[in-house]
Amino acid sequence: MSVPLHLPLASFGGAIEFIFTPQSSNVTGGAEVGGIDQVIELTVTQLEVTLLALALSLLIALPLGLYLGHRGVGELLAVGIGNAGRAVPELALIAFMAVAIGVGVLNLTIALAVLGVPPILTNAFVGVRQVDRAPVEAARGIGMSEWEILRKVELPLAIPTLFTGIRGATIAIVATATIAPLAGVETLGTFILGEGVYGQDGVLAGAIVVALLALTLEFALAGLQRLLTSKGLRLRTA
Amino acid sequence: MNLTLPIAAGEVGEDFFRDRSGSDSCVSDPSNLFCWDWARENIDRFGTPTLQHLELVVISVAIGFLVAFALSLLAHRHAWLRPPLLAGTGILYTIPSVAFFFLLLPVTGRGRETAIVALSAYTLQIIYRNTMAGLGNVPTEVKEAARGIGQTDRQILWKVELPLAVPEIVAGLRIATVSTVAIATLAVLAGAGGLGSRIYGAGQLDFPTTIIIAGGIAMAMALLFDAGLLALQRLATPWRRARS
Repeated sequence: MSVPLHLPLASFGGAIEFIFTPQSSNVTGGAEVGGIDQVIELTVTQLEVTLLALALSLLIALPLGLYLGHRGVGELLAVGIGNAGRAVPELALIAFMAVAIGVGVLNLTIALAVLGVPPILTNAFVGVRQVDRAPVEAARGIGMSEWEILRKVELPLAIPTLFTGIRGATIAIVATATIAPLAGVETLGTFILGEGVYGQDGVLAGAIVVALLALTLEFALAGLQRLLTSKGLRLRTA
Repeated sequence: MNLTLPIAAGEVGEDFFRDRSGSDSCVSDPSNLFCWDWARENIDRFGTPTLQHLELVVISVAIGFLVAFALSLLAHRHAWLRPPLLAGTGILYTIPSVAFFFLLLPVTGRGRETAIVALSAYTLQIIYRNTMAGLGNVPTEVKEAARGIGQTDRQILWKVELPLAVPEIVAGLRIATVSTVAIATLAVLAGAGGLGSRIYGAGQLDFPTTIIIAGGIAMAMALLFDAGLLALQRLATPWRRARS
């Protein structure tokens, strides 16, 4: 039982070193791999495709979900898409899009948005739908237009549920962006899937940075959610 | 189109991806999305990966459920555990499974154990949150009534609160299971086989037919689990049927 304990620690040490200083690769004839510059470059690409796909998902799912929720129609569609979306196997989706449609950032963004749309659509719908009818009727009573009701009453009250969807979408997208090298886009997955070139240190380094990136995005969204939650609601839940 | 990645050949992938028996024009032309002839002749080669996949999902969700359920009961009794448990399971849920597989590599090595640890860690948050929501939604009057007829805390938990929380618990289990079926396709990257080995192997991705079959089996498996768990919930909550 004594050996396995230092072994993991040693591996993590090598991985941390790989993140900060370039290492000579064991297969590519001593070429330098890894190091902070390459890590930053791949992290930026992964962040870019993640945010691009998230933006596309929001563009499609947010207006549709809010509209359907406000009108109270299309529950089967909004909730059904959310359920079906969870069943889509990420690896098959990325592989299929890459083979059938082609590789590159645009196709990857579309494939990732397929994962992002369902949770946002469902949660936008449910969030608006479950808003108490009394404040909505009151808003209508004081002469607010339907648009004002959605924007000033329903949307603020739907923020917690809506953000559950956005955070779920972000987690799914950033996780799947890790296998983007399959679709010809170099993200941190390049280290993870490239043991032959980057070695075990590179694989582990990639995994560490991906995990940190996902957690950072999650914390950033949690912070944004707090900012967007109206003061009155924050007091009530505190 | 032929994508070659710098990765070691998959355990089961290599000959599978090279050998396309009856290689007529349909098989050799990647612009053909689906080759029925190939599918008919080779469908039996999806049997083992499907069983591996099933095994990964059942074991991972079972472990995830047991752990999350135990944590929920603890948190139900000791309220101070709720914030750290919510945060802890949230962190495990946020870490992408591919990263998780490889973070575990120095500890558990390549293979099934690694995939199972990562997949079950992913389900904790979903099952934990739903179980807590279910227990929290039990009306106070019902608990008071149970106490009134002389039930102990333990009896109230097992005979009143948990049965009434079944719909939420099963809802969590359904979400966790469906997600796990989908994510388990990535287990091939941890060297754990499964349907992913029919999508990605030998660093090659150029044959849509096998991707569609493997992806289709995974989606069908997810839907069957979903329907099965829903049926189980109906059986476990006969009073809900009586009411409606």
